[in-house]
Amino acid sequence: MSQPRTLLDKLWRAHEVLQREDGVSLLWVDRHLVHEGSHHAFAKLASRGAAVAVPEQTFAVVDHYAPTRGRGRIADPQIARMIDTLRQNAGRHDLRLFDLDDPSQGIVHVVGPEQGLTLPGLLINCGDSHTSTHGAFGALAFGIGATEVAHVLATQTVWQKKPKAMRISVEGPLGPGVTAKDIALNWIARLGTGGAQGHAVEYAGSTIQDLSMEGRMTLCNLSIEGGARFGMVAPDETTFAYIKGRPYAPDGPAWTAAVEEWRSLVSDAGAAFDREVVINAADIAPTVTWGTSPEQALPIDAALPDPAALTPAKAEAAAAALDYMGLAAGQHLAGTPVDQVFIGSCTNGRIEDLRAAAAVLSGRRAKVPGLVSPGSQRVKAQAEEEGLDRVFTEAGLEWAASGCSMCVGMNGDLVESGKRCASSTNRNFRGRQGRGARTHLMSPAMVAAAAVTGTIADVRPLLAGRTP
Amino acid sequence: MAGWRRHEGQAVRLPLANVDTDQLIPARFMSVPRAEGYGRYLLHDLRRDESGVMRRDFPLNTVDQASVLVAGANFGSGSSREAAVYALVDAGFRVVFAPSFGDIFASNAVNNGLLPARIDADTSDALAEMLVGFPCKVQIDLGTCRATFGNHDVPFTLDENWRIKLMNGWDDIDLTQQHAMAIDAFRERYAETSPWTVPRKRS
Ligand code: SF4
Repeated sequence: MSQPRTLLDKLWRAHEVLQREDGVSLLWVDRHLVHEGSHHAFAKLASRGAAVAVPEQTFAVVDHYAPTRGRGRIADPQIARMIDTLRQNAGRHDLRLFDLDDPSQGIVHVVGPEQGLTLPGLLINCGDSHTSTHGAFGALAFGIGATEVAHVLATQTVWQKKPKAMRISVEGPLGPGVTAKDIALNWIARLGTGGAQGHAVEYAGSTIQDLSMEGRMTLCNLSIEGGARFGMVAPDETTFAYIKGRPYAPDGPAWTAAVEEWRSLVSDAGAAFDREVVINAADIAPTVTWGTSPEQALPIDAALPDPAALTPAKAEAAAAALDYMGLAAGQHLAGTPVDQVFIGSCTNGRIEDLRAAAAVLSGRRAKVPGLVSPGSQRVKAQAEEEGLDRVFTEAGLEWAASGCSMCVGMNGDLVESGKRCASSTNRNFRGRQGRGARTHLMSPAMVAAAAVTGTIADVRPLLAGRTP
Repeated sequence: MAGWRRHEGQAVRLPLANVDTDQLIPARFMSVPRAEGYGRYLLHDLRRDESGVMRRDFPLNTVDQASVLVAGANFGSGSSREAAVYALVDAGFRVVFAPSFGDIFASNAVNNGLLPARIDADTSDALAEMLVGFPCKVQIDLGTCRATFGNHDVPFTLDENWRIKLMNGWDDIDLTQQHAMAIDAFRERYAETSPWTVPRKRS
């Protein structure tokens, strides 16, 4: 019998064109996703006079700079230029572009899965670190830099050294109001932002099997915040059901053949992982970040750490983070007033996320202003069909078009200096949402709870008698 | 990109851990064409106060023409933005010493001739301390993976394939094109075994 193999081994092997003497592999790329930020790579390509090797496997999406209001006329010339540059590059190289007026436009990591471009067993690259999202389908998906984007464009391949394999198993049912976001923040708080560096993380266990595709995507998305370039979940019936019938998904006999192949994409029993972590789902509470790194996260009922009580390495960072965030050691997270809220991003901008937030907001008013930007225009349309847009607007929140929006602020959706934002995004880095902005990461339901109370708050009591 | 084996330059400390790519270059500067140079945006919001004036006490602002950075753990974590590397390179940096690096940052660095040199945490702390108010010339040798800070000999580590790439200044696209036949053969076989991998939109 052959050696038991991990999912990573199988995916790697299937794409390996060759391996160099130094152990670096040349891998075939099935899907390449580009966005406005890919302009450096297109410029490199142009400087060599090179063509895109396989245009039909490259897809372009306007997202990072996409205006969420007033799309007809873009006031900021820099933003207009970024979007135009992508249009020109897509036109020049004959790439399918999801432009601003496309009913399928959205954030690249939402659009790929939604269009059926993301499939199990594929190798997917994008010049964006959250490409790990697509691993939720049992794909080998990882973010790359501009030089590598140019390389993929020119050759449809990528050089990569195989990462080590790590498995995070989560077992048991999640408590009410506890989501995939909380699982992610929990393990990152435990292992640190460098905790999975150099590893591809496979998520396994009964909790993961019970997660929807949306939840699995949230979890894989956040892998990079724990240092892992890859996150993945073995495909199963949940995966196949999600994909079936999507615009670019295989159909007919091709579907049958694909599903048969996809069923083999699991880690074999007894496959060896370089690292194993086991988490009990019952130990996870709704979790919120308090600092300027995703690892600075705590359960909602916790008090903020006293830097003096931490190891010297962590103490300095904690003191600086508390100072930047305008918080004091020992203070309780719950009850901290927020100035605004944001629901959206490739982490938590999918339909299920909007439903979870709406379940809390329904029939209630937000005490602070906020913005809701769906992960894609398709998600937006679906939410409107379900009447979720009215729940948000009746609560006093703004309902806008899709894009990266306040996750990174490139389109001008910024949090002002010194303001505190409860956010469903992925990075609480200093200045991420705008210079001096104070970001608290949490699940969409927890953001809704912050909106309703005007403070960082436990969503669980607000869910009493409601179906989340 | 030219390869290099030895470098001598001025070292400066950045005694912070988790310096993420959003700190290295804030997102709002990323629409600028590279030709304009990214050096002035390096660590923009940490180096400057709200009105844009350089903070005199920020270590990076105390040494002119530094080309070697000594930083804390998990340097360059966060986004894949290669602009973070451009900002360092355009500001004149050739080497960053740190106990660990963000994975994507490190490969971006090597693609731009910037050495991400791993040293252990104690060495990083000791060097950062030594550099306080003491501008120091450093010699770095990629051939032996050793650096000399004043009279301190500091070994560093780096993936072997990256070491070779930096020394040769290899361009990956040129290298890959030498494997065109292997790629074509792979593609042909793959199209036969897994035809569903090619996207086809339904009508
Ligand atoms: S939503 Fe945020 S994290 Fe996701 S791709 Fe856009 S900017 Fe990046």
